[in-house]
Amino acid sequence: MTDLPVLSILILLPAVGAVLTPFLRKDPIVRWFSLLVLFADFLLALWVLLNFDPNTAAMQFGEHRVWVPSLGISYRLGIDGISVWFVVLTSLLGWICVLASWWSISTRVKEFMTCLLAMQSLMIGVFCALDMILFYILWEAMLVPMYLIIGIWGGAKRVYAAFKFFLYTLAGSLLFLIGILLLYFGGGQTFDVLALMEVQYPFPLQIWVFLAFLVAFAVKIPMVPVHTWLPDAHVQAPTAGSIILAGVLLKMGAYGFLRFSLPMLPDASQYFAPMMIALSAVAIVYGGFLALAQSDIKKLIAYSSVSHMGFITLGLFTFDANGMSGAVIQMFNHGITTGALFLFVGIIYERTHSRDIAAYGGLIKVVPLFGILFAAFLLASMALPGLNGFIGELLVLAAAFGVSGWAGAAGVLGALVGAAYLLGVYRQMLLGEVKTPGDVFIWDLGRRELACAAPLLLFVVWFGLYPKPFLTILQPSLDHLMSQLNPTAVLP
Amino acid sequence: MDLTQITSSVLASGPEIIIILGACVALMLSLVPRPGQGALLAGLSLVMIGLAAAMSLTLAQNPQSAYGGMFVNDGFSTFFKMLLYLGTALTILISDRYLGTEDAAKGEYYVLLLFALSGAMIMVSGTDLLIIYVGLELQALSIYVLVGFLTTNTRSNEAALKYVILGAFSSGLFLFGLSLFYGLTGTTQLDVMGEALDKVDTSSPLLALSTLFLIVGLLFKVGAVPFHMWVPDIYEGAPSPVTGFMSTVGKVAAVAVILRLLVQDLAMLDPIWRSSVEVMAVLSLAVGSFAALVQTNIKRMLAYSSIAHGGFLLLGLLAGGSEGLASVMLYLLIFTVTNLGLFAVIVLINRGAGQGEKIQDFSGLAKSHPGVALMALVFLLSLAGIPPTGGFFAKFYVLVALVDAGFVLLAVLAVLFSAIAAWFYLRVIMLMYMEKNDQPAVFQVSPAIGWALIVTFIGTVLTGVLPAWFLGVSKAAATAGLG
Repeated sequence: MTDLPVLSILILLPAVGAVLTPFLRKDPIVRWFSLLVLFADFLLALWVLLNFDPNTAAMQFGEHRVWVPSLGISYRLGIDGISVWFVVLTSLLGWICVLASWWSISTRVKEFMTCLLAMQSLMIGVFCALDMILFYILWEAMLVPMYLIIGIWGGAKRVYAAFKFFLYTLAGSLLFLIGILLLYFGGGQTFDVLALMEVQYPFPLQIWVFLAFLVAFAVKIPMVPVHTWLPDAHVQAPTAGSIILAGVLLKMGAYGFLRFSLPMLPDASQYFAPMMIALSAVAIVYGGFLALAQSDIKKLIAYSSVSHMGFITLGLFTFDANGMSGAVIQMFNHGITTGALFLFVGIIYERTHSRDIAAYGGLIKVVPLFGILFAAFLLASMALPGLNGFIGELLVLAAAFGVSGWAGAAGVLGALVGAAYLLGVYRQMLLGEVKTPGDVFIWDLGRRELACAAPLLLFVVWFGLYPKPFLTILQPSLDHLMSQLNPTAVLP
Repeated sequence: MDLTQITSSVLASGPEIIIILGACVALMLSLVPRPGQGALLAGLSLVMIGLAAAMSLTLAQNPQSAYGGMFVNDGFSTFFKMLLYLGTALTILISDRYLGTEDAAKGEYYVLLLFALSGAMIMVSGTDLLIIYVGLELQALSIYVLVGFLTTNTRSNEAALKYVILGAFSSGLFLFGLSLFYGLTGTTQLDVMGEALDKVDTSSPLLALSTLFLIVGLLFKVGAVPFHMWVPDIYEGAPSPVTGFMSTVGKVAAVAVILRLLVQDLAMLDPIWRSSVEVMAVLSLAVGSFAALVQTNIKRMLAYSSIAHGGFLLLGLLAGGSEGLASVMLYLLIFTVTNLGLFAVIVLINRGAGQGEKIQDFSGLAKSHPGVALMALVFLLSLAGIPPTGGFFAKFYVLVALVDAGFVLLAVLAVLFSAIAAWFYLRVIMLMYMEKNDQPAVFQVSPAIGWALIVTFIGTVLTGVLPAWFLGVSKAAATAGLG
């Protein structure tokens, strides 16, 4: 291993880029500069992945600096087999976002790229942070660039959507802050995440802190019934905003459960597991049926996210090794697949300025490359065997049946409904008689768009056919997490 | 009192004397109007403030009590004085431009600011209720005139009149409380009074009544609900830099007195005021946050926002101990910097004669002046308490103190109201960045305002990113105060 503060570089590289961008002169330079910075960040993340030791559950690439000593806050970074994948995912989607907004963002390009770079820095920071307050600061600060991305470059009702996004998430995370303080004064006397995992908190405190955390994470995921900001935000956000939202931001809620709620509050997690499973089941089915009813393609994918995120929380709260690993796999894969779907919706929207599913038809004949790739991502989202979505969903379903027949049944129903609406999109938009909204001329994918789609497709196929490298790195950390969960007390 | 005591006492009050001398010189100079006088007087005032600051820092090396125990120069008062200097200096930097725009450039302005500053300094250093009262009145009288400084503007006049009446009323309450305390203990000097009160039964109704009068008089100055009615009208009517001055310097001095009375010397009164201050803190948060939502005038909005911030300050007071005290002090520091930064932007947008004070006037600022808009963005986020700005750490430290002292419910209420308050700060950001404006604000940033903006911007970011030093300073000052 090396002495270089790799994670800090990973975090600060986009941040420095964000500071420099406003001083650049011309829009093309800004675009290329941002692309370069984020691509360099991606390469660095890949380097981290290649140098990652898969034999240990310990935090790697650790860094520690004193920050606010009198309050015990420090700048503490490190990644394990779980977070390393989210760092890779974030850095991958980062440069894809720049490419996806290459021409579609034509006003105030500088500000846009600054927001995108700042977002990237904060998101990678969230997955690396091992100090509660550092995590909280990065988590909160993220709201600002995202608010601007939705509010400035979004659709017609962008301001409303941006406000809703900001206030929902803010209200949730403020209680999270109180929860952190309760953990600190309840016995930890530290904000060090790893040290807090060692503390045995009394049950009543665990209950309260769990509820405080739940609000923050449930809003972010989003779980039913606090999901209503998501469709608005997704529909109004520009393509890059949707990709970041679906690809990374939603995962942060589940990551919060994984990193904080489960290991720090194991008893409360067990106690609330039935409720969490019920809520997840509701999200899966309800989100699925809502998606089925949509005529707006972006809204449809947004509701499908609610449903798919339900699988993730379902898996986490089964407290089963399979369910847990299924959930993490699903987190990563949902990021890839849904990011890709929003990318493709963005691509077609750039050409036609319509998101109405019924206005399209037979696209595969007009734009075959677009059609085939879009179909691949739809099928991956549907969890077709051989593509990346399958294994995660299968593991979660198996674990769900182990816990409760009803939860398993809800999962199967959700998967069926998912097939219905995704195949519905497939049939309506790609097959049948050729039509486009207003009969505008559309052209097939260009080189830039292929460059965005190719790495995503690679991951979809790779994880579908050969997920072993992924699991190898993941496994020690998951085993460690399972051991923290007190496996003797399994739910009835 | 022999000669050495007198000289050492005079020396101990050196900073106050420098400021008052400065005010007198400025008064003489302002009698002969000449071109460029504003800049001259502003420069003179800044130099005097710099001298006083240097002297305060020197005196803080060996804290001492002066004038027979009526005046003190400890770490606590030095911290607050530095805040007062900072707030006044920033006010001066943003004033010249405003007075020019409003066509009200007159020399007395700076004279009055310096007198108000000296009054605030005496409040902060006073350890005798009468001295504190004298400081309070000196400050209040100067601010009454400053509020009505736009003599041709009816709103300014109206605000001044309202402020005189209500201010005199609240000073009267304070004075009445003071006299009751004198009757109970036979002294106005705080340390002696504290000792005497230790023997008095705290459940006596007379003591409760006198405490009530004293606290209400001071909370009036802070603008805590239900004594907040004057705040919006007067903040709106006063000249913008004066509003900034009142919301920072005025508040700092009043809070310093509250802390000195309630947490330090008269701490035994705690059971008398605690429950009522709890209610007032929560009400301030609620009224401030909700009422600000519907405002259309930026100064009025900031008036309600400042009421809500006052609620946060009271929460720090309730948390108590050195942590609570330090959290209030850090909060005041960050609030002073951030709020005056925002007022600098308000002064820039102001077009004179009451034009340019609507929240709507911020529309399109990001297009016409991206740099200023970015700074305003940071100030607004800091006021809303969003990291990584200073405002986050200010709020965070208060929450730490609250949870540490076991007031979890108050902490939860505080964050819920913060979430509501975020809405109206966000609305201004929305206007700046997301609204189109056919006639966007167009202005030139003068060097003075430029400096004010740079200082406040760096301060706001620095207190958010590297708060350790500021926290250490507040904590040291708080501990010195409790000493």
